[in-house]
Amino acid sequence: MEELYSVFAQEAREQLSAMEDGLLRMEQGDHDSETLNAIFRAAHTIKGASGVVELHHIEKFTHILENLLDKLRNEEIEVSPELITALLKGCDHIGTLLDRVDQGLMDEDAGLQQAGEVTADVLRGFTNMQVADSTAMMPDASVGTVERAGGETAISDCWHVSIRFGRDVLKMGMEPLAFLRYLLNLGEIVHLETLCDALPPAADMDPECCYLGFEITLRSHASKEQIENVFAFCRDECELHILPPNSKVADFLGLIEHLPEEPMRLGEILVKSGALTQEELDVGLRRQEAATKIAEATEQVPPQIGEILVEKKMVQPELVEAAAAKQKQVADKKSAESRLIRVQADKLDQLIDLVGELVIAGASANLLAQKSKQGNLVEATSVLSRLVENIRDSALQLRMVQIGETFNRFNRVVRDVSKELGKDIELVISGAETELDKSVVEKIGDPLMHLVRNAMDHGIEPAAVRAAAGKPERGRVELNAFHDSGSIVIEVVDDGGGLNAEKIQAKAIEKGIIQPGQTLSEQEIVNLIFEAGFSTMEKVTNLSGRGVGMDVVKRNIQALRGTVDVKTELGVGSRFVIRLPLTLAIIDGFLTSVDNAAYVIPLDSVVECLELRDDDTRGHMLNLRGEVLPFIRLREFFDVEGAPPPRENVVVIAAGGRKAGIVVDQLLGEFQTVIKPLGSLFKHLRGIGGSTILGSGEVALILDVQALTHLATQSEERRTQPRHALLAEERE
Amino acid sequence: MTEFATQTTTDGAVHLILDGPMTIYTAGEIKAQLLDGIANAAIVEIDLSHVGEMDTAGFQLLVMAKREAQRLDRTLRIVAHSPAVREVIDFYNMDAFFGDPMVIPADH
Repeated sequence: MEELYSVFAQEAREQLSAMEDGLLRMEQGDHDSETLNAIFRAAHTIKGASGVVELHHIEKFTHILENLLDKLRNEEIEVSPELITALLKGCDHIGTLLDRVDQGLMDEDAGLQQAGEVTADVLRGFTNMQVADSTAMMPDASVGTVERAGGETAISDCWHVSIRFGRDVLKMGMEPLAFLRYLLNLGEIVHLETLCDALPPAADMDPECCYLGFEITLRSHASKEQIENVFAFCRDECELHILPPNSKVADFLGLIEHLPEEPMRLGEILVKSGALTQEELDVGLRRQEAATKIAEATEQVPPQIGEILVEKKMVQPELVEAAAAKQKQVADKKSAESRLIRVQADKLDQLIDLVGELVIAGASANLLAQKSKQGNLVEATSVLSRLVENIRDSALQLRMVQIGETFNRFNRVVRDVSKELGKDIELVISGAETELDKSVVEKIGDPLMHLVRNAMDHGIEPAAVRAAAGKPERGRVELNAFHDSGSIVIEVVDDGGGLNAEKIQAKAIEKGIIQPGQTLSEQEIVNLIFEAGFSTMEKVTNLSGRGVGMDVVKRNIQALRGTVDVKTELGVGSRFVIRLPLTLAIIDGFLTSVDNAAYVIPLDSVVECLELRDDDTRGHMLNLRGEVLPFIRLREFFDVEGAPPPRENVVVIAAGGRKAGIVVDQLLGEFQTVIKPLGSLFKHLRGIGGSTILGSGEVALILDVQALTHLATQSEERRTQPRHALLAEERE
Repeated sequence: MTEFATQTTTDGAVHLILDGPMTIYTAGEIKAQLLDGIANAAIVEIDLSHVGEMDTAGFQLLVMAKREAQRLDRTLRIVAHSPAVREVIDFYNMDAFFGDPMVIPADH
């Protein structure tokens, strides 16, 4: 049962985010009716699903939202920013209710209920507002123009019961006939239509399964509950829709949407939903046939049945639209259903773990095969290891998700925050299709949120200041994502005022983070904002600026083995660059050795390898075809004893847009590396990112390329820095 | 148990007489019998006058048989209905689908 609720909550969230997306697009001037329809459908789905899992408070609230959307769709009310805000608030409330469901609480508490009432009242306010003018102004388009002949008006005074029995009802000892006959106790069955469409061909038909569905027109004074209760015993086994008499168009629309049938013809859909009578359809079809003949003769496009029906005023255009959408949806859904399956995340983790072990075991088998020098065995193991490689890649691919979903959440954030701040800010997203590990995506949301809010609050200046500086009044925040040498880069860019290095330095001194005499490069000063307890903004707003953000951001990102950097230019803007490893589990490595110990360098960051020649080096710099390349000797760095071999090698690595060399004794080639995290004991170890186990069972250390590049270039920066300081002092 | 009797009439039609209940309990064997009958003759006549009981599973079998016959381009006729059968087909409003004349007894 709990699983049911969590699936419901998850799916409802997806619908909710679709609604939110649509609403935001509408606010930005998207008047496409399909957008509104999509929002309506999403709301309707939430309502339906919450009813099924018996979360009636959600159902009730969504119903209010849906009513308003319906009015909007019928163009009875106008889109206004206030309306969108109210609808978004409604979405938020549903989100909060879903949170409670996630916590296993099936009811709403008093506070939430009250909040819900307030939001609902606002929504109702919008809904009712139009009722007054629309009834006066509109000659009720939905009823007036649709004329039905004679006795058929009586049919619309009846209940419409649509039921599809589940496959297993017969096996469970339930008899559809008995349920349907019981309906006679409630009233008169005016018409009953048996649907056998689901009945498979004779060979595939299981005689003990039920394939039937029924559309029933019932004249009765019973309440909806009473009718529903007739089917109480099989309620869980069947799909039941009950439409009240004089059903509103919206209800028909809902029904069309929920018809579970096989691909159908448009007319059938309408007839089945009760929006159209069979006679009307027949008339329409005859007309279509005639028109097609004419069209063939004159070589015109034959008219669609939907057009004819609308033209003949047999059915409302929106119903045809919905039915046509359903038609398409049935086809789409069929393919989508087979394309998507939900899998529990821990099952996936388990798979990745196993694949990791497989990679290690495979490497070991490979090694033994090579030692044995048996050609056949070597061949077999090499095929095997290629397959293992493929399995590894696809297993990791399973965990990859696009970052777009995370990014899109920020549309809403930017909208709300910019309203709150009274600034006009647009969000530009690029690289939404960039993929990264799901566990990373989950954890990157909060730090990103902080950076975006920060950019809007502190980065973007008020409109007046912007205008004075000759910038467009509308501020701009960008979210970019792209792949770069084995890691993913996420940027938060704003075109605001940029960071003021002097101010930061003064502040840092004031806060005691640095000493007054300390000399720092500009980059180091700017990076001080990531220190704990730092805030430059005099005014503390409720968005950011309590000084508890940036250091937390940095810590969160470091926990993901990532880095965060800031590049800024005063008056032009800032760019926060987050760099994250692509996956957390397995990488392609490049195996090297120093003395007897093996070291793995992530292959993605390796640019080239070359022999170290003494005449090319000066200190810790290397002349790489005229380019200056700082390098680190692993032998020195890790204090490895023993003399270096006569010929050393340099592995050129690139990270964060900077290149560095790593000097090792030997190059051993490519190696699939399963990352085993180092224990907390080694947390402070610099330059090592993890460990792995070689095929021989030996342990190899994985080098932290980011850190090493940083160290190599930084030590260079350090060496040049004091000279600047010295010059400055001399001048004074 | 439901019993089957098969006769071949003079015009080459297979005359299939079902005697016993047409319910979920007998659905499996009736399905096989019906399909067998359809497969072997161009015209199949089903006599249901001895079917004392029919439920939805039994009804589905008739629908299936009718469809299968159409698919194979055979003729399938229900030549006699017991009150139980008539009642079900009537309730499900499927007389038109089968298109067989139903003899309504005078006392009905």
